[in-house]
Amino acid sequence: MTDTTEQREARHPSRLLAALRKIGATLGQIAFTMVGLLFVTFVIGRVMPIDPVIAVVGERATQAQYQAAYEAMGLDQPLFVQFIQYIWDVMRGDFGMSLLNARPVAEDIARVFPATLELATLGTIIGVAIGVPLGVLAAVKRGTWIDQTARVVALIGYSMPIFWLGLVGLLIFYGILGWVGGPGRVGIFYVDVVPSVTGMILVDSALDGNWTVFRNALSHIVLPASLLGYYSLAYISRMTRSFMLEQLSSEYIITARVKGLSERAVIWRHAFRNIRVQLITVVALSYAGLLEGSVLTEIIFAWPGIGSYITTALLSADMNAVLGGTVVVGLVFVCLNVFSDLLYKFLDPRAE
Amino acid sequence: MNITRRLMLGAATGLALAATSLGAVAQTPDDMLVIANRIDDITTLDPAQSFEFAGADVIRNVYGKLVNFDPADLGAGYQPDLAESWEVSEDGRTITFTMRPGMTFHSGNPVRAEDAAWSLQRAVKLDKTPSFILTQFGFTPENVEEMIRAEDDKVIITTDQKYAPSFVLNALTATIGAIVDKETVMQHEVEGDMGNEWLKTNSAGSYAYRVANWKPNESVTLEVYEDFYKGAPEMKRVIVRHIQESATQRLLLERGDIDAARNLNPEDIAGIQDAEGIEIDDILRGRLMYISLNQNHPQLSDPRVVEAIKHLIDYEGMQNSFLNGQYTIHQNFLPQTYLGAVDENPFEMNVERARELLDEAGIDELTLEVGVREAQERLEIAQSLQNTFAQAGINLEITVGTGQQILSRYRARDLPIYLGAWGPDYPDPHTNASTFAYNPDNSEDAQLTGILAWRNAWPAEGFTERVDAAATETDTATRERMYQEIQADFREEAPFVIMFQQIEQLARKDNVENLTLGEAITAAAYWPVTK
Repeated sequence: MTDTTEQREARHPSRLLAALRKIGATLGQIAFTMVGLLFVTFVIGRVMPIDPVIAVVGERATQAQYQAAYEAMGLDQPLFVQFIQYIWDVMRGDFGMSLLNARPVAEDIARVFPATLELATLGTIIGVAIGVPLGVLAAVKRGTWIDQTARVVALIGYSMPIFWLGLVGLLIFYGILGWVGGPGRVGIFYVDVVPSVTGMILVDSALDGNWTVFRNALSHIVLPASLLGYYSLAYISRMTRSFMLEQLSSEYIITARVKGLSERAVIWRHAFRNIRVQLITVVALSYAGLLEGSVLTEIIFAWPGIGSYITTALLSADMNAVLGGTVVVGLVFVCLNVFSDLLYKFLDPRAE
Repeated sequence: MNITRRLMLGAATGLALAATSLGAVAQTPDDMLVIANRIDDITTLDPAQSFEFAGADVIRNVYGKLVNFDPADLGAGYQPDLAESWEVSEDGRTITFTMRPGMTFHSGNPVRAEDAAWSLQRAVKLDKTPSFILTQFGFTPENVEEMIRAEDDKVIITTDQKYAPSFVLNALTATIGAIVDKETVMQHEVEGDMGNEWLKTNSAGSYAYRVANWKPNESVTLEVYEDFYKGAPEMKRVIVRHIQESATQRLLLERGDIDAARNLNPEDIAGIQDAEGIEIDDILRGRLMYISLNQNHPQLSDPRVVEAIKHLIDYEGMQNSFLNGQYTIHQNFLPQTYLGAVDENPFEMNVERARELLDEAGIDELTLEVGVREAQERLEIAQSLQNTFAQAGINLEITVGTGQQILSRYRARDLPIYLGAWGPDYPDPHTNASTFAYNPDNSEDAQLTGILAWRNAWPAEGFTERVDAAATETDTATRERMYQEIQADFREEAPFVIMFQQIEQLARKDNVENLTLGEAITAAAYWPVTK
């Protein structure tokens, strides 16, 4: 039995309406989350025993200069008024001026976030490219030396301080062997050589066709990205192993083997296919964690990313910068969540 | 097995590719100076507002001043700069400067007396934090156009009363004395800010370099000004990179990616000092490490307790251990190399004497709080104090916080003991005398939060008048003696324990010559550098 034309037409608007309602609900959730996040950060920023005025006027300021700056920063207004004003400004894309360097926070974030994005993306690619096969392999070869090795690799990734690993990595691969570029995003000769389009030097140099800069930037990013990748793969490989073990002990896998399917088909077409949805969540969380900023990695590698930006701002009581950075990081988390939800539904229609 | 083999093959290929495709590390060119430093303290590049060390380094190389220090002979004191000569009036209130002819700003505009007078007027009118360096001579936004004026090629500065000429001239060598290009700056004026917003991130000077780029917490790039009146510098480009970590700075220096590293810790200095091609320079800086004792505290206001505490500090132990090479013992408020500085350090660790004094004061046990910001060396000093104070029955509770947290409480007279550092604002003894040994109104309402004596509720009786007198003494030798005497009494009576003076250890490639950091009195100069 098929629908009549009238029935289909009658159903379409309601389907469209439902879709719109869903989009509206998602956007509403995002907005609510962001306002909540901003409110919490704003309140914490204001109640912290740090005086942002001193950060601006300095230790030597007279009381009159202090008071003038206090009022100029709007701190004499009630907290609620300050928050509403801030939300209003943010909605217009204005994160305010950094209290410390007098630049628009939006400009600062546009400069530091691509640096973190580039690093975290490469780190995640490395983490996924090695972590997923390693996890699968460890599950398939459970209890063998391969499994034990994978466990040790992951354990080291978990337990070694990234600060120490970074320094040792720099010492060996940069200091002694000279295989990689040193700290910083690019060698001093190549600073500002390619026009900034995306803010990601690898992408910008490729777009510009300047492969010398690309190679140099690659030599600088490969070590910190590998480090983050290692950190990421430790987590991804363990989770992958765990998900795979669960699948491999399922009855449908035994059935598939009994039916005479090749081991590769059993592992990749059946078992792995069923863990993709869980893996997406794991990878998204790991990626978000790296995007949030790996402060220590950024400090060791003199990488001007958003992690060290927010940390420096926080320690200097530059609350406009802290709030701006928090909005961006929060937005990234929310977007990654939405994206993984969508992917979830795409890969597993039952999730609808 | 198949999967294992493929994975291992892939990993091996990846590693080999990475190893072969990455280029060798470059060395810095002969006409470029690259320095690693912590520059996250820069908040502005406007000389009327800048008040941080890293900012002063930039501004010294970008802006000329009426008088300035010669990096080749800092001990000679202030020398002619944009002004080629000056005369002091008989009543000691007016100094008339004659501008050096033929100089131009980076914009090509001529450097005029009008620019010089306007720059100083601007600094007074903007009333930013460092403005006190000028306003202490009686300038106000209302009278400054009358007190500082230009006539032809002359700049005439009249102060509200007679001051020691050396005091006024020394103050003009400070960052706030920088001469800016009036025409260029005023083109960028917004809502009457006299170009303040624009100058925070741009430059309009006449000196050896112009600011090509400042990326906060990342780098400052200076480009040479070929028409610099002293001749074009050999270094055509100077890049100061913000490198937070000492170990990272060391690696960069060893690999030749930078020419100098300014923030190596004692371990890295020890590790690098015998390295081939690297030299270490010990440079005495102006920063003093001290503790202060709040006189609102019932026990700390007892002079016997104050003296006891001065005997409960292991000066030598700290200097020879974790502060080795970074600080030297110095117990006076004027840093060495300043006019009037003395090198007498009478206090040393003496628990018995301290205990006697505490007994005299009737104190058996005492618990005190010390506020200290979260910085390695300060925490280590606090821990040492905690240990040595305990030997005389004083329990020291350490409160650690960010700079702003601790400073807020210090300024509010809320800390019994403060452990911190103080750097002079300009190269004249009055700078430290007027904060450590000066307090014209100790009342709570006075809110003289910029004065250290006030922050510690110390009225500085018998000192304030002497500091004023020294500031107006025209005979330099007499003035020097006055500061020496003030310090001798201060050491004994004041509730301040000055402990150490900072040494900066500059690690540089041995082909880098004539790089001076300005010692205790001024900032770094890049224009004399050669390779």
